[in-house]
Formats: sequence, structure tokens, C-alpha cells
Amino acid sequence: MNADIYQSLRSRWFWVYSILFGGFVAVMFATGITESQIIGFVGLSRLMVTFMQVSMVILPIYVLITTVRSVVGDRESNVMEYMLSLPVSFSGYFWGKFAAKFLVTYIPVFIALFGAALWGSLTKLDVPWDLFMLYSALLAAMIFCFLGISMFISAVAHSQDLAISSAFVLWLLLVAFLDLILMGLLLKLRLDAGTVIGIGMLNPLQVFRTAVLVLFDPDLTVMGAASYFILDTVSRELFIVFAIAYPILLGGLFGWLGNYFFNTKDIL
Amino acid sequence: MTEPLDNILIRIRELTKTFKQQTVINGLTVDLNSNDRIALIGQNGAGKTTLIRCILGQYNFEGELEVMGMNPRKSRKLILQEIGFVPQTPPPIKLTVKELINFLEKITHTPAAEFYKISNDLGLDIAQNLSKPFHKLSGGMKQKLLISFALGRKVKVLLLDEPSANLDPQARIILFDHLKNYSTNTLMVLSSHRMEEIGDLVTRVIEMDLGQIVVDKEVNNPQNILSHEKSF
Repeated sequence: MNADIYQSLRSRWFWVYSILFGGFVAVMFATGITESQIIGFVGLSRLMVTFMQVSMVILPIYVLITTVRSVVGDRESNVMEYMLSLPVSFSGYFWGKFAAKFLVTYIPVFIALFGAALWGSLTKLDVPWDLFMLYSALLAAMIFCFLGISMFISAVAHSQDLAISSAFVLWLLLVAFLDLILMGLLLKLRLDAGTVIGIGMLNPLQVFRTAVLVLFDPDLTVMGAASYFILDTVSRELFIVFAIAYPILLGGLFGWLGNYFFNTKDIL
Repeated sequence: MTEPLDNILIRIRELTKTFKQQTVINGLTVDLNSNDRIALIGQNGAGKTTLIRCILGQYNFEGELEVMGMNPRKSRKLILQEIGFVPQTPPPIKLTVKELINFLEKITHTPAAEFYKISNDLGLDIAQNLSKPFHKLSGGMKQKLLISFALGRKVKVLLLDEPSANLDPQARIILFDHLKNYSTNTLMVLSSHRMEEIGDLVTRVIEMDLGQIVVDKEVNNPQNILSHEKSF
């Protein structure tokens, strides 16, 4: 795991990503977003919600693109042939990569979020700690989820090109199923709302999107139609538990499947 | 060739490895003993690298393959603790030399000084290259490091796939000196195309062709026993 952390810390992707999130929070403070009162959010809540909405766009595709190459890339470059000639178990290798990637992806966004809360408290802003706790957990759950999916794709794919293409198509599908296709299904196929909500709740992006706004007024138009339906049906407390547990279970399942495949098939 | 049973380090029976439709190793049966120094030869595609990867537990296979009495797929960590390996092509590992040495020191329980010693003998001063990423070293430097990682460990099996391919003439001489002086209780398998280089070193020649063993002889002068005149 340490070896993977060292490698990640030296990659350009990691620094661009870290600077992007840290810089984004700084820019939001600098441009006075905490003082704006548009669409009902004020102060640090506004900043944090915006931060999470940006995270929802960037994090999944970042995790997918940077992780799907890890196993299949090592295989193609013969790094795996050498590293797995050393006394390292297949599972140790696989989960070591997983854990290292989780840490180097989660820590920068957590620091950015925590930095915002810290700066807010220093500048006498009211810090919504309940929101901070929820968002920290949601970010961890979403990163875990997409890491599991990415590691699965990486273990199964025969080439890096195939792995990246698959990851990109998956991301497009998940984005498309946010509201857009869901509402299309609802209207065109005349599906009942329960089915649409069920489909929506299978999509980790939709779950994340809805959970980000779960502590606010469900009538807010920024929430989107699917989130409105979901929160109108399920209690908030239950949804918060689901929004954290489901992505972790999904990521864990895909991670387990990826590790199983890696352990049982030829590694080269 | 009959050997006492407890001398056998690698026992192979009817080993077959197929990729999709292509059979690369075809019903191979052989025993490799703890004091063997083997030249594993054969043309490209003969199955040498596939055999080495099966021994390393990197491939599934049909038939039986035991390393030190264990299945290399099921007891990987135990087996690999006793195997030193040098690949044909140095991989583009992105760790620095220092990080790589620390990693190897930890997982192989070998003091870094052992790696430094062999590397210095081969003409590579590790201390001057510690902060450099491994993949940015020259081909020869990478090969010297990988050799020092394999020979620095006290192992029961050495698998060397064209170990001298990227080495300068001086380093080649030193490498083969090291191999000559390595423990006689270590099974050594050298895959090489240069028989004249390893002729003095090996005690047995195994020639593979189309996934099968076509020659298996104990030797004094290996260059005289190849199945044909062609030089590998």
C-alpha cells in the first residue's frame, strides 16, 4: 500500500486534483459565495453545497479514469510480472492498491472541506457541523463506491483502452440517469413513481445528489425532480443511512468481485 | 535421471498451459533438483517464459506443478519467499530506488546492505541513485538492480530470464562469477540465448520446443548436446 501511495503522490493527476479542490474552496471564499443568498442557501452551507455539487461532477470520473488503469496498466507494462514474483499475495496487491487510492483521493477533498469549515469558524461564520459530518461521510462513501467499480473494471479488462472506454461509458450512463432519463421513463413509458424512484436509488450518483440536499427544504427547485420524488417517499433519516451504506456496499461488492477475478484468473 | 525424492524442489507432471486455443506448454513432465544449475533454452515461443510464470504462480495450469511440495497458486507467499527472479525486460516501476529497496527489504526480510553489495560489484553505486525513479534509470542500471535484488536474497530457487541481456561485458563477467559462487544448494534456472556465456556455469541443459522438453541432459560441456547446431 505504501508503495502505491508514494507513486500516487508523485503523479501529476494527484496534484492537479488536490490543487483543483483546494483552489476551488479558496476561490469560493474569495468571490464572496458565503455572503450570497441566492436559492435559499447562506453562509458556509452555500459553500459546502456548491463544493459537493462540484465534487459530484468531478470525483466519480476522476476516480474512474485514474483507477481503471492501475491493475490492467501494471499487467500491460510487466510491472505486475515483477511485483508478483515477490512474496506479495494477490489480495494484498489488489486491496493495497485500493486502500492507497482511497486515501490519496479522499484526503485532499476532506482537507478542502475541513479547511472551509476551519476558515469559516476563524472568520466568525456559523459552521454547520452536521452538514460537514454528513458531507464527509458522503464523500468517503462515493469515493469508495467508484473505487470498487474501477478496480473491478481494471481487474477484468484486457487492455487499458478498454478499461478507460468502459469507465467513461459507465459514467455517461450514470449521469444520464440523473433526472433526464428517469423523467423520460416516467413520462414516456408511464412507469409508476415507485419504479422510477427505485431506479434512481440504484444510481450512486443520484443517491449522492439527493443526499447532499437532504437536510434542506425538499421544495427547493435546485434539488431536481428525482430527488424530490425520493425525499417525498422516504424519511430523511432512513435516506441518510441508505446514502452512506449503499455506495459502500456497492463499492465493496465490486471490489470483492474484482479481487476474486484477480485471484482466480491468469494475472498476465 | 533419478534423484532422491527429497532433492526435488520443483516437480512437474503433465503440465499443460493453453491460452484461448493455443497450447503453449504441452504435457510437460520434469523434476528440477536443489543442486541443479539449468540452462533453459529454446527458440522464441518455445514456452520458457510461460513455464517460469507457472512456477511463479502467475498462471493457472492443467496437470501438476509443485514447488517445495506446494502448489504455486495456493501457497504463493511461502513459495515466493524462496524464489529470486530476474525478468527479461526490466519493468517501468515508478518508485524511486530508495522506495523500492525499502519495499524489498520489508517483504523479503533481507537487509538492504546485501543488495548494495552485489550492485556495487556489478558496477552500480546505489547510493548515488537512491532518489531517482527506477523507470528513469538506464536499461543496464535497472538490470543490475534487479539482479542484486534476486542474488542479495538467500533463496532456494533462482529464476533468471535472460539476466545478462542489458549488461556491459564487465558486468556480465561479474554476474556469472556471482552465480558460480552462489550456494550449490540453490536451484538455478537460466533462460538464455547465449550458451557460450553460461556454458561453464550450468550442470544441466533443458531445451524446449513447442511447449515440450526435447533435450534434458546433465552436462560438462553444454554446447555439445543441443538438439541441433543452431545457436540460441
